[in-house]
Amino acid sequence: MKTHDAKGIPHTSPRQSATFTQDINSDIRRAAATGIYDIRGGGAKRKVPSFDDLLFMGASISRYPLEGYREKCETSVTIGGLHASNPIELDIPVTIAGMSFGALSGPAKEALGRGASMAGTSTTTGDGGMTPEERGHSDKLVYQYLPSRYGMNPNDLRKADAIEIVVGQGAKPGGGGMLLGQKISDRVAHMRNLPKGIDQRSACRHPDWTGPDDLEIKVLELREITGWKVPIYVKVAGARPYYDVTLAVKAGADAIVLDGMQGGTAATQDVFIEHVGQPTLAIIRPAVQALQDLGMHRKVQLILSGGIRSGADVAKAMALGADAVAIGTAALIALGDNDPKYEAEYNALGTTAGAYDDWHEGQDPAGITTQDPELMKRFDPIEGGRRLRNYLKVMTLEAQTIARACGKNHLHNLEPEDLVALTMEAAAMAKVPLCGTDWYPGKPGTGY
Amino acid sequence: MQTVDLQEMGLRGVNAALHAQADDTNQTAWTIENAKGAHAIACGLDAPIEVTVKGSTGYYCGGMNQQATIKIDGSAGPGTGENMMSGKIVIEGDASQYLGATAHGGMIVVKGNASSRCGISMKGVNIVVQGNIGHMSAFMGQSGNLVVCGDAGDALGDSCYEARFFVRGSVKSLGADCEKKEMRSEHLTLLQGLLDEAGIDADPKDFTRYGSARNLYNFDVDNAAAY
Ligand SMILES: Cc1cc2nc3c(=O)[nH]c(=O)nc-3n(C[C@H](O)[C@H](O)[C@H](O)COP(=O)(O)O)c2cc1C
Repeated sequence: MKTHDAKGIPHTSPRQSATFTQDINSDIRRAAATGIYDIRGGGAKRKVPSFDDLLFMGASISRYPLEGYREKCETSVTIGGLHASNPIELDIPVTIAGMSFGALSGPAKEALGRGASMAGTSTTTGDGGMTPEERGHSDKLVYQYLPSRYGMNPNDLRKADAIEIVVGQGAKPGGGGMLLGQKISDRVAHMRNLPKGIDQRSACRHPDWTGPDDLEIKVLELREITGWKVPIYVKVAGARPYYDVTLAVKAGADAIVLDGMQGGTAATQDVFIEHVGQPTLAIIRPAVQALQDLGMHRKVQLILSGGIRSGADVAKAMALGADAVAIGTAALIALGDNDPKYEAEYNALGTTAGAYDDWHEGQDPAGITTQDPELMKRFDPIEGGRRLRNYLKVMTLEAQTIARACGKNHLHNLEPEDLVALTMEAAAMAKVPLCGTDWYPGKPGTGY
Repeated sequence: MQTVDLQEMGLRGVNAALHAQADDTNQTAWTIENAKGAHAIACGLDAPIEVTVKGSTGYYCGGMNQQATIKIDGSAGPGTGENMMSGKIVIEGDASQYLGATAHGGMIVVKGNASSRCGISMKGVNIVVQGNIGHMSAFMGQSGNLVVCGDAGDALGDSCYEARFFVRGSVKSLGADCEKKEMRSEHLTLLQGLLDEAGIDADPKDFTRYGSARNLYNFDVDNAAAY
């Protein structure tokens, strides 16, 4: 690169804009070339305050720990005992989030069922209905009741161990879904009663109810159809957690699934994923507060999701008041999604391992987010199930390790007092003190 | 004939009694008295029985019905017959909004009018309305037939897929990607069959057919305003 002009006057060094970054410029060029917004899978990729900004303090003279290999630290959780005669009993508080058949292949759904069942937890259907693979391999299966009602039928509803009414998803609060034509195989089209090869839009609003009073009647109908046996969850995006949780409880939910903006999606507009919704860390305290104000904390269970990756995340979510968590993206990675062993193929698709998010295009080299029979063959559901089981076990062991260090004989006994925050933002959101202080922004009685 | 009083037995008692009927039950005729606008009456049935509800019903009467024939001797609240799979619902009076939402099969007959969003996201059901229907009816309708002997409100069939609409009267406006279609002989035959099944005396030749123009099936930037 030339450093001086012909007259010997030095050039200023080329300076990239912080506003028009290379990434942004590539977005603009892509939009200009195609005339359509970018659709992708995954969750928010921007950095937001997160569980990484919290630390446990561990035991000391004033708190004593439990012996790591000798003293028990329980991990079980019961979900949905408030109104349902058959609540769900889980061995571990990490569940598998709802992911649609259509977005995922049949074998991938099977692997999720296998892994979750071996680990003693539940898995969840998704947009597009219930497949025999996942019902058959899931000891405990939660049936999603979504706005699109694709594949929704009462026989499957009655086969479910719980029902999850989906109001929103953290990746796209207020948004519906989109399955592009190339992923609509005969089987997917048939399950959804739509022609093959066309774009399938999933509605953003339920077709037969609006608002909390209607929701209460919808919950009644679902209970009547299933004989008041199974729990009914309500899944909301991290938009207005205090009010959404309050209204969901008022509508009669047995459990709330609360999904923050890092939460994955199968396919949504990038602008939606990155700019709508609140971070997972920010939504948990208002949700717990709502339950406490109603006297319903621990009676109506709170299942938190959106960017949960490790036992530390699980422990932090539970310390802040969640009863359990749900994982989507992490489960797919455990199955083999975005594995560097496919790097050459990711490169051929114009991406790299770890960044691959065009799940809606159905070309997944790992054979997970595809309906292509050849790609699907690469994925072994038995091996995938084992990997997921291992990963779920490790998360649980990690959470137990932390809980014991904090002197807790059940993960549910973790509490906000066990935590400190590394940043002001995280301190304000989690309402735990900034490291080295006894203060967080907004702490009552501190004036600011 | 089994007669049950909803106020005495309670909703749970009535629905549990109906759910207990197996395919080969000999208790095939039921009357529910004192409905008084209760919600979720006779939802989730799955037996070839006939249920007559005396009085008007609240939300979701006959929701997810399979096999049963349900007659409502009154008007029906929102979401009646939602996600019905098979069987038949006959409403003597008017029907509120979201009638037959996402229903996959069977037939719903309304002797009066149906409100807005009639047949929203319908997935195979046949709906026959003797009177008029409200706005946004059959929004995102996927398959099945909606027959209207009177008029249709605004935005009929907005964003519809393969559902068919037959309207005898006027259509206030068509929704995005819904267009008027030719009535070919197979449509006349189909419509005659639907009218016969609904027990309605009308001449198929007086109806106009509407359905998807299929322009929004795959995203195209030139149609962006219609999405
Ligand atoms: C491939 C994929 C498909 C999904 N499909 C659905 C769905 O059908 N219904 C739903 O409510 N959420 C769906 N989600 C969202 C998950 O249920 C969950 O909210 C999210 O994945 C949690 O965040 P995480 O991915 O960071 O763990 C999907 C997520 C992924 C990654």
